Amino acid sequence: MTLDVNGLRYRYGDKPVLDGVDMPVVEGEILGILGPNGCGKTTLLKNLNKNLSPSGGCVMLDGEDMSGMTKRDVARKVAVVPQTNEVHFAFTVRDMVAMGRMPFQGMLGGPSSEDERIVDEAIERTGLSGYRDRMMNTMSGGERQRVIIARAIAQTPKILLMDEPTLHLDISMQFDALNLVHRLSRETGLTVVIVSHDLAMVARYCDRIVMLHDHRVHAMGTPEEVLTPENMRTVFNVDAELFFDERIGRHSVILHDSLNRM
Amino acid sequence: MMPRRTVTFVTLSALVVFTVVCAFLDLSWVSAGTSYTFQEVWEALIGEGTWASNIIVRENNAPRVVAGLFVGAGLAVTGAAMQAVFRNPLASPYILGLSSGASLGAALGMLFTIPLVPAIVATPFLAFITCFATMVLVYSMSRVGGSVRTETLILSGVAVSSLLSALVSFLTFIAGDKLEGIVFWSMGNLGNASWGEIAFMAPIVTVCAVLLLTQAKPLNAMMIGDAHAMDLGVDVRRTRLFVLILSTVIVAAAVSFVGVIGFIGLVIPHMLRILLGPDNRHIMPLSMVAGGCFVLICDYMAHIIAPYFGILPIGVATALIGAPVFIYLLIRRRREVGWN
Repeated sequence: MTLDVNGLRYRYGDKPVLDGVDMPVVEGEILGILGPNGCGKTTLLKNLNKNLSPSGGCVMLDGEDMSGMTKRDVARKVAVVPQTNEVHFAFTVRDMVAMGRMPFQGMLGGPSSEDERIVDEAIERTGLSGYRDRMMNTMSGGERQRVIIARAIAQTPKILLMDEPTLHLDISMQFDALNLVHRLSRETGLTVVIVSHDLAMVARYCDRIVMLHDHRVHAMGTPEEVLTPENMRTVFNVDAELFFDERIGRHSVILHDSLNRM
Repeated sequence: MMPRRTVTFVTLSALVVFTVVCAFLDLSWVSAGTSYTFQEVWEALIGEGTWASNIIVRENNAPRVVAGLFVGAGLAVTGAAMQAVFRNPLASPYILGLSSGASLGAALGMLFTIPLVPAIVATPFLAFITCFATMVLVYSMSRVGGSVRTETLILSGVAVSSLLSALVSFLTFIAGDKLEGIVFWSMGNLGNASWGEIAFMAPIVTVCAVLLLTQAKPLNAMMIGDAHAMDLGVDVRRTRLFVLILSTVIVAAAVSFVGVIGFIGLVIPHMLRILLGPDNRHIMPLSMVAGGCFVLICDYMAHIIAPYFGILPIGVATALIGAPVFIYLLIRRRREVGWN
């Protein structure tokens, strides 16, 4: 399953938010979309599952233009872990994860035994077996995040989109969430696209990085190619450098200082 | 803790039994202070009653009971759907001005005769038009930058509702000899319902309510958030529009035949959510049964106090019972039910 973004433009009213973005997504990879706040990251992500429709250019899903597909068709292939996961209602964890099967079910009628199996497996995989009957509105942010990831897994997607997955989480939970997704991607060949402004997290987990700046792609490639001091200075206005953490065998980013003179 | 499915099943069974009892109570009413026994009601229903009981049970009481069941079921399921679609506990046909909208159309229909169109067709038709126009008006008034703000929605609903009520009052004021009809109608009156009107209203309410039930799953996703629903493949705009149109048709059909009956759409779904949790696949069908049941209880109450005040209009009875429940819910701010 391939995803390809060609010359994507998006504007809110007169304001261009994305101004000709080209971005191929390789099957099975974890791709990070980096950029400062307001650069259009989330808008780009929302265009990848038809939550927004492009003002120009196109998004090709498996060679088919997404604008010709229904939302339901897209949801069968692309799942999302959104930025906020507050749930005010007393849906149980099981109810919530089972919603992941919605794109595959008719209006009426209950879940098939296949649906049940997939939902149970998703709950198992995310370590939520003991939480089945817990109410969503009594859970912490990190626990809800895991439930949403389980729901996305139950959607049996080929591509998983994550919008700022670490934003509202404690540090240890940030690692838990991304370790889970990383393992999943390696084990099942799931393609993952992560939008974030967290340089260190993206450097650590992503195979390739797209850096957005001024509504365009500023740099694209491996962490070494993209996270150069120059790029981080231009795009994020920080003095930072990439280094290879021998202990874990992955990249990280050291932030020295801001370049703003106050 | 019992699984929710079991709770739902138990509640449903209890409601059905209770509804049947209420229906019999309501059917048994003869006049202030006298009523038939259940056995006499049953005999009348199967056609073996006395001459008098046949007429009273089957021709006087039965249309009222059947109309009450359909109106209650329709209004309650509409309330449940609207609360889910707006993610707002206060959303109901009543608060959003739909009832007053339909009232205006119905009052116009009763007051002015349209050439060649019989009043039984014109009144519900006009009620539907004004009801729908009200929905469009309230909804577009509360759209700010593409999203509908809850507070604005309620405020526009209240504002538009007051304006429309004032217009209805004005029409009542100039109605002359038709005044009594409009006043009585605006308080809700199941007694007016004839089999002919039921044959018109019941299929409309049934079809729309069943179509609403098919939206239970997307509505669950929309209760969590529009973005979540879209991520799960729900066409949020289309679902919202579909639900609003169905709600409008149900409200228009109900209100144009039996008048304004408030608080059912508001109170019934809330009470069920406290019992059964938020899942619309359970809440919506049970709302229908509970709504019908609630109307029958209110109608029976309205009749048993007849020796003191005469038979109360049904809208007054539902408000007398429903409003305190609503106030209780507002004060309690049921966080555990989910509304923040």
